Amino acid sequence: MTERIVGIKTPIKLEYTYTPGLASSRYLNGVARGKLIGQRCPECSKVYVPARGCCPACGVTLGEEVEVAQSGTITTFCVVNLPFYQAIKPPYVCASILLDGADMALFHLIQEVPAEEVRMGMRVEAVWVEPGELGPTMESIRYFRPTGEPDADYDSYKEHL
Amino acid sequence: MSELCAVVGVGQTQHSAKRDDVSIPGLVREAALRALDDAGMTFADIDAVVLGKAPDMFEGVMMPELYLADALGASGKPMLRVHTAGSVGGSTALVAASLIQAGVHGRVLCVAFEKQSESNATWAVTPSMPFQPPVVAGAGGYFTPHIRAYMKRSGAPPDVGIKVALKDRLNAIRNPYAHLHMPDITYEMIEESAMLWEPIRFHETCPSSDGACAMVLTSESIADATSKPPAWVWSTAMRSEPTMFSGRDQVNPQAGRDCAADVYEQAGITNPREEIDVAEVYVPFSWFEPMWMENLGFAPLGEGWKMTVEGATAFDGDLPINPSGGVLSSNPIGASGMLRFAEAALQVRGQAGEHQVPGAKKALGHAYGGGSQFFAMWIVGSDKPEGR
Ligand SMILES: [Zn+2]
Repeated sequence: MTERIVGIKTPIKLEYTYTPGLASSRYLNGVARGKLIGQRCPECSKVYVPARGCCPACGVTLGEEVEVAQSGTITTFCVVNLPFYQAIKPPYVCASILLDGADMALFHLIQEVPAEEVRMGMRVEAVWVEPGELGPTMESIRYFRPTGEPDADYDSYKEHL
Repeated sequence: MSELCAVVGVGQTQHSAKRDDVSIPGLVREAALRALDDAGMTFADIDAVVLGKAPDMFEGVMMPELYLADALGASGKPMLRVHTAGSVGGSTALVAASLIQAGVHGRVLCVAFEKQSESNATWAVTPSMPFQPPVVAGAGGYFTPHIRAYMKRSGAPPDVGIKVALKDRLNAIRNPYAHLHMPDITYEMIEESAMLWEPIRFHETCPSSDGACAMVLTSESIADATSKPPAWVWSTAMRSEPTMFSGRDQVNPQAGRDCAADVYEQAGITNPREEIDVAEVYVPFSWFEPMWMENLGFAPLGEGWKMTVEGATAFDGDLPINPSGGVLSSNPIGASGMLRFAEAALQVRGQAGEHQVPGAKKALGHAYGGGSQFFAMWIVGSDKPEGR
């Protein structure tokens, strides 16, 4: 007698060796020292953090290395109520953060504040792992938290939504 | 002058959360055979096959086109695989159309599918990347910040998303192929559903679906000879832009605006709101309806939400959007774009059944994908393009 088979589980694991290249190496070496390193586009003058190979708008190699501030402004955000991220219990906030001195927001976790108090324009700062744990990895920044400064003016970040 | 192209056959599967009655080859074949049947053709009549689907990670099957060639009757014929993330169903149709318009082939079968139940697409789109911060939030985590930005910019009332979701779910009741059939759906039910990615509630998101869509496209002389009315392709356009660059407008992407302007210009359309009778627009999260109304030039900047609130996008409105129920009611990702294109074709052929918009003569099919960076659109009409 035959049984109808509607599915068999075949788990797939993918191991990936990432070659960061020159630009990402600058950024990763920066975070290993607790610094945020970007690069400025020689054509449009925009500062990209993390440093990257070329300007996605102009298509030219990025030039001057720039260290940007460790604080910035939440341009927009999302409150996640689903248990996606095992280390953190929902609700948690993921936000686009425009670091002072950067022209491109980065996406990171917001902690040390109730989700319902997070707002567009809120000022936040990076919280790093312990100095002994710093390394050339994106995990060196644990999350961002409010600085307590007054909110940024909407006009100062409306181009970065 | 390029050849005219027409849609002469449309087929789609029953879309549902888990089509465990068929394999992937069985799924695509179901749609393909229905499209061929609608066109009065068999696989033997087809010159070439174009297949599209979203990232291979969605099923964990690498390069499925390799093993789907025989199921789609492509042995001994040209077969192409297309991939442009969520817009792929649309761009697959456009690649097929270009083969006709270029005079390379006379009859092309295009097929797009996704079988989401065979893996976990939510996880597949949010792997932990070595070169990005360790933030995992799912597809909604990417799109809801842009929705929040739209709400802030436009000053739209907070319940516009609920109204879109209610409208599309009510439309889906008229579509026998739709995944979600919720005859008892109410405004309150949507409002009270779980807030997944604030400001997006559970009932404001698309489902995960298994499904496929197929179309037979032909040249003018072949379309002239078919028994059912064809949908004539008036214009086609695709645009892309980088995932990120400083100052990128992800609420109203430049690539979408340019794609719309191009597809209107080719079709001689100067007032899309007036001249287009119905549109099938890729709306995976409720708030994308008002956002795309502006991006597509149907509403002035900041006023797309008024079309929803005033009922303009409703089934009986002046510009019905997604009478099929849209992506909010069926989302076999790779097929979702082609379903928009195919539903537009069904409307102008007068073949949309219960969800037929009376008298529809010109329709827009729209798809987008990636981080709002790939756009594909076509305009189809019940008449041949003017001057042809
Ligand atoms: Zn530049």
